[in-house]
Amino acid sequence: MTGSSTRTILICSGKGGVGKTTLTANLGIALASQGVRTAVLDADFGLRNLDLLLGLENRIVYTAQEVLAGNCRLEQAMVKHKLQPNLALLPAGNPRMLEWLKPEDMQQIVGLIQPHFDVVLIDAPAGIEDGFKNAAAAADEAIVVTTPEVSAVRDADRVIGLLNTREVEPIQLVLNRVRPKMMQSQEMLGVTDVTDILALPLLGLVFEDEQVIVSTNRGEPLTLNGSSSPAAIAYRNVAKRLQGEEVPLPDPTKQRRGLRAKMRQLMQTKLF
Amino acid sequence: MTLREMIDRLLGRQQASATTAKHRLQLVLAHDRSDLNPDLMEQMRREILEVVNRYVELDLEGGDVSLETEERATALVANLPIRRVRDDVLPQVPAVQ
Repeated sequence: MTGSSTRTILICSGKGGVGKTTLTANLGIALASQGVRTAVLDADFGLRNLDLLLGLENRIVYTAQEVLAGNCRLEQAMVKHKLQPNLALLPAGNPRMLEWLKPEDMQQIVGLIQPHFDVVLIDAPAGIEDGFKNAAAAADEAIVVTTPEVSAVRDADRVIGLLNTREVEPIQLVLNRVRPKMMQSQEMLGVTDVTDILALPLLGLVFEDEQVIVSTNRGEPLTLNGSSSPAAIAYRNVAKRLQGEEVPLPDPTKQRRGLRAKMRQLMQTKLF
Repeated sequence: MTLREMIDRLLGRQQASATTAKHRLQLVLAHDRSDLNPDLMEQMRREILEVVNRYVELDLEGGDVSLETEERATALVANLPIRRVRDDVLPQVPAVQ
């Protein structure tokens, strides 16, 4: 939709609580530490949290609202991360913005950001109503986040349908909060179950990881300080794949190499 | 079918919940994607049968019109067993102006 070389990527899911904001924060930091000038834009004006996950909540002076109203310059509103200066956040404004914000406003904000960055990540709100449509208006491509649960997959499907009508391309999938043990015992939708149903290329596979909660408590994304926890590695790999690097995806069914794991493997052998 | 599904079936056990989840999703998504409500589906089914029935005699009991979805494309699939071709149907000759 935009002619510049900056990639503007919408991060969306339909369902709430599947990990959109966590992915935006971690992917933003991971891209920035790989040398990509990255802006993250909190488009969840009703329930903003991106500032909190990035640990930037105390440094907000102006927001997207003041930028749009012409009360400040973009540079005054963008909050640069102290430990990762390649990353800057444009905070969401007051929830009352929802009453008047239009898709053109989002396009205007993104148009202002683009000249200064290589990648703009837009953290979309949950749902498929106006808030989502505003966020999507400025995006060229999209990452759909889902978990291997029926409600999350169904909602993701609705969102993908909407993105298809808007010519957002490519749309890629991040499967979040995967529990390898449950997948091995076939008590959780498998990776190919989800990719078959949604028919999207898989950009990342993130295992359920308690360290995500610890890092959000501290406001320090896992990708910030070289953590080697499974989720941190997964988020860094999403960043690499996004830049065209080929990184193999982990196989949740081959996580534990014991007799029990081998038995589980046997039980999943396709007979016909 | 996987080995696990096979054993579950032989023992009369419930199938693994992931399999149930996948089947339920496929059904619900076919309808979500088509955005047709059940009343409209039923009306369309009746009209399709009516039209086809004009040309061939159908086994109305065995017939089935449903939505199926694969690779994000939704298709209307009609399975209409034909008893016999009607021999009393004349091709309509288009009127010559």
